[in-house]
Amino acid sequence: MKALRIGRAAAVVSVAALALTACGSDNATGETPAGSGAASTAAGTAVSGTLTGIGASSQNSAMEAWRTGFQNLNSDAMVQYSPDGSGAGREAFLAGGAQFAGSDAYLDEDEMEQAMEVCGPDGAIDIPAYISPIAIAFNLEGVEKMNLDAPTIAQIFKGEITTWNDPAIADQNPDAELPDTPITVVHRSDESGTTENFTEYLAAAAAEDWTDEASGTWPEAYLSENAKGTSGVVQTVTATDGAITYADASAVGELGTVNVKVGEEYTELSPEAAARAVEVATPVEDRPEMDMALELERDTTESGAYPVVLISYHIYCTTYDSQETVDLVKAFGSYVISEEGQAEAEASTGSAPLSESLREQAQMSIDSIEVAS
Amino acid sequence: MSSNLLKTPKDRGRAGDKIFSGVSLGAGILILVILFSVAMFLVVQASPVFTADPETVTGGEGFAAYIFPIVVGTVIAAAIALLIATPVGILVALFISHYAPRRLARIFGYVVDLLAAIPSVIYGAWGYLVLAPQMSTIFTWLAENLGWIPIFAGPASQTGKTILTAGIVLAVMVIPIITSLSREIFLQTPNLHEEAALAMGATRWEMVRMAVLPFARPGIVSATMLGLGRALGETMAVALVLSPGLLSASLISSGNQTIAAEIALNFPEAFGLRLSELIAAGLVLFVITLIVNMIARLIISRSKEFSGAN
Amino acid sequence: MAVDQSIQRRQSQLTRGKLPSYAVWVVLAAAVILGAALSSLIGFSVAGWAVISAIVFVIGATLVTAVAEGGRKATDRLVTYLVYGAFILALIPLISVLWTVLERGLPGLSYNFFFTSMNGITGAIDNQTVEDGTPVLGGAYHAIIGTLQITFWATLISVPIGLLTAVYLVEYGQGKSLTRAITFFVDVMTGIPSIVAGLFAAALFALLFGPGTRMGFVASVALSVLMIPVVVRATEEMLKIVPNELREASYALGVRKWRTITRVVIPTAISGIASGVTLSIARVIGETAPILVTAGFATSINWSAFSGWMSSLPTYIYYQILTPTSPTSPDPSTQRAWAAALLLIVMVMILNLAARFIAGLFAPKTSR
Repeated sequence: MKALRIGRAAAVVSVAALALTACGSDNATGETPAGSGAASTAAGTAVSGTLTGIGASSQNSAMEAWRTGFQNLNSDAMVQYSPDGSGAGREAFLAGGAQFAGSDAYLDEDEMEQAMEVCGPDGAIDIPAYISPIAIAFNLEGVEKMNLDAPTIAQIFKGEITTWNDPAIADQNPDAELPDTPITVVHRSDESGTTENFTEYLAAAAAEDWTDEASGTWPEAYLSENAKGTSGVVQTVTATDGAITYADASAVGELGTVNVKVGEEYTELSPEAAARAVEVATPVEDRPEMDMALELERDTTESGAYPVVLISYHIYCTTYDSQETVDLVKAFGSYVISEEGQAEAEASTGSAPLSESLREQAQMSIDSIEVAS
Repeated sequence: MSSNLLKTPKDRGRAGDKIFSGVSLGAGILILVILFSVAMFLVVQASPVFTADPETVTGGEGFAAYIFPIVVGTVIAAAIALLIATPVGILVALFISHYAPRRLARIFGYVVDLLAAIPSVIYGAWGYLVLAPQMSTIFTWLAENLGWIPIFAGPASQTGKTILTAGIVLAVMVIPIITSLSREIFLQTPNLHEEAALAMGATRWEMVRMAVLPFARPGIVSATMLGLGRALGETMAVALVLSPGLLSASLISSGNQTIAAEIALNFPEAFGLRLSELIAAGLVLFVITLIVNMIARLIISRSKEFSGAN
Repeated sequence: MAVDQSIQRRQSQLTRGKLPSYAVWVVLAAAVILGAALSSLIGFSVAGWAVISAIVFVIGATLVTAVAEGGRKATDRLVTYLVYGAFILALIPLISVLWTVLERGLPGLSYNFFFTSMNGITGAIDNQTVEDGTPVLGGAYHAIIGTLQITFWATLISVPIGLLTAVYLVEYGQGKSLTRAITFFVDVMTGIPSIVAGLFAAALFALLFGPGTRMGFVASVALSVLMIPVVVRATEEMLKIVPNELREASYALGVRKWRTITRVVIPTAISGIASGVTLSIARVIGETAPILVTAGFATSINWSAFSGWMSSLPTYIYYQILTPTSPTSPDPSTQRAWAAALLLIVMVMILNLAARFIAGLFAPKTSR
């Protein structure tokens, strides 16, 4: 009797489990992947194996595009990426838990030294992979574009300018009809690369007004309304009249955006303008030969450059243990910075493609990766 | 032959007894081992913070200054949640066990169990999409009419994302837990006790008060503790609902922060000392739970005599 | 004659001091009208009207009862209203949550959602679907498999440990200091923040199998740390309230203690235990943070909890909301996330039904 009961229960459970897991497929698009079998990559050889990366969530959407594109070209290879965050990514990479890291900041000196332990004497290299302009977005009825210089932006985000018809704003926008709506500043509640890049811009371009150092968390002195994640701040601003925030340009949707004053003119937000700003960036000093860490000139006067930009890096080792891994890393790294890879990311996420010269440089760095001797 | 038949089950029984008690003892000890290793893990990972130069800790004034406001915030949020959830949860459990028509009670009990299962991300999303906008009008009214009470001091948040809203969301999450456990315990009240009370002319409430509640008291405290555990440790819902800021007495303007949400918001980008800080914050949360549970133990131990297995 | 009279008097005594059944409705109507008047004084709103009417009704009905039927009846009535009121109050947000999930989740439940993974879905594809207005591609199949696997292993670890510990606490360890220590620390364990459990499991496996060990089973271990105390707590309470008479009756028949526990005590409490286990599964099945740091993040199907990365429904929801596949048109991602949320709830519902069904098979017949 008892056995019968247990048997019955087990039967019910197993039937349910079977029904649930009967059939499913990994082919979500309903197409056969193009080029499967006939593998050819920028590196020129067919590669296989699993490549593991951990890092910034900012480049997660772009990573989806790269993975898909790369795996279509190399059907035997698999790339997995966990968007745990830049800090977690670098930590895992330095502990040997991932073959590459995605990070909104390049490795600092301490981390470079740690990298020598896992990567060999030459340490690791930072390759810029994903460039995303940061929009200063606002929700103000009837206004879609606005011209602002850096000091004004700093004063707004410090809470010193409190209404939209403040003379400081009105002087720069003689044509716009500005209401007396109070300004609600919305910032990120979580620590993020977006906040770090935005405050870095303010600290450099409006040094007199923004005296705080650049940091991934919003300075405590200027706390106001805030929300978690890019989608959180955008949602909050969309729901609140008179609100302003900073967010990845691709996510701001219908919100109005600020044209930032660079030199003598106001630069409109665009992928090209962002790419221009990265092009005029200078390499960070005292770095290993092949490292490509970039110092953005936030206070640049270069016309047509949009200096509020987030650069997300891929961090690779200079040496790996096996030839297979080296091939895989090289193939993937080359694909990401290739014209095709950058175009895929742009189509998916609205990021700014790397310029021709940066891509050449990055290719050289990636080519230098080799098997540990 | 016959003596064998008599003997075998007895021996097997004795061995079975030993094995069974041994295994269950082992399980209990295993739990202590797990908890001990978790605690060790926390202490080891957190230790750099306690020896670090105070200026390098977030806020620049040492760990104590950093952790104090968010400890208070955590306690406020959990207190709001429990103040709402405990009475409501127990009353709902009573409704299901003793007041609702029996056929409906089954369905209600089922729905409540189901609600305990909704992932916290969903409660968080509901909190900031649906609840917070509703709350902001109430907050404005409170600030205008009851602003002289410190906890309702203005300016009211325009987005409604405050510690009070977070507390309510937590309460909504905790109610099913308290209800579900309390209900099971109420249902186990010996029928004879209940019938005896009714037979002596007690009203339904008197029966509940004299027969059901004393019997269920330790269970209610346990259920509340379980709910408190969730309210204290909840990360995602608070992280999504609360617009965190500095410590403030007002419940209706943006501000305050809880430990769990602080960890969730900053963990992904944390490394080095910052990571230790966050883990140390987790350790503090652990200690808070420890203290709260000690208090609860004291309450339970006073009503031990009602356990059926004593 | 005299007998007749006495019967009549007794009847009137029985009904004396009892309000006629329509009295409640009269009070209710009065409360609604008064509520409308009062709420229009402070600015009319439906919510304000309902709240004020409810308060007026409860006070009014209690007072009327107190006058007509006496204090004890009035208290009884007040508590009855409070109980009903609490139930309605608790129902409002809970229904609102369910409604929100249903409203946003139902449109996303398609064949694609159930039977395909997110493999190969990029932002460009989402942009295209939004532009053309075609059905959303890509689904949660991989996450469903992941959730089932991870939760299954977590349950397999937690339930035996939790159940046996509860048995020890209630049946063997009464009055011992070890028992007090275990109960106390189990309570403390409920306060472990979920992310800490995740980090602990990750660190443990990194120690055993090298850094960066991420697989479904690590997540199961992390979830077990969260799950065990809930199982112990719920089971312990249920075992405690099994009447001692049953145990004594069993001992008196010469049944061994362990047979008594497995054949008498546990079956008597099985409904409560099943409910507790379901509750504990429900508690962990929706956990996001510990899975993020232990199981990695996958977009394709992985059948094995012991190798390779895995996604689960909560991490799927989390990332679809937080980093939409296409930042420029996040609608498809939002739709997938809500559909996954709805699915998660439905899964728990099925689980709950199954647990009750199984418990029903084993439980002895009781009066309730």
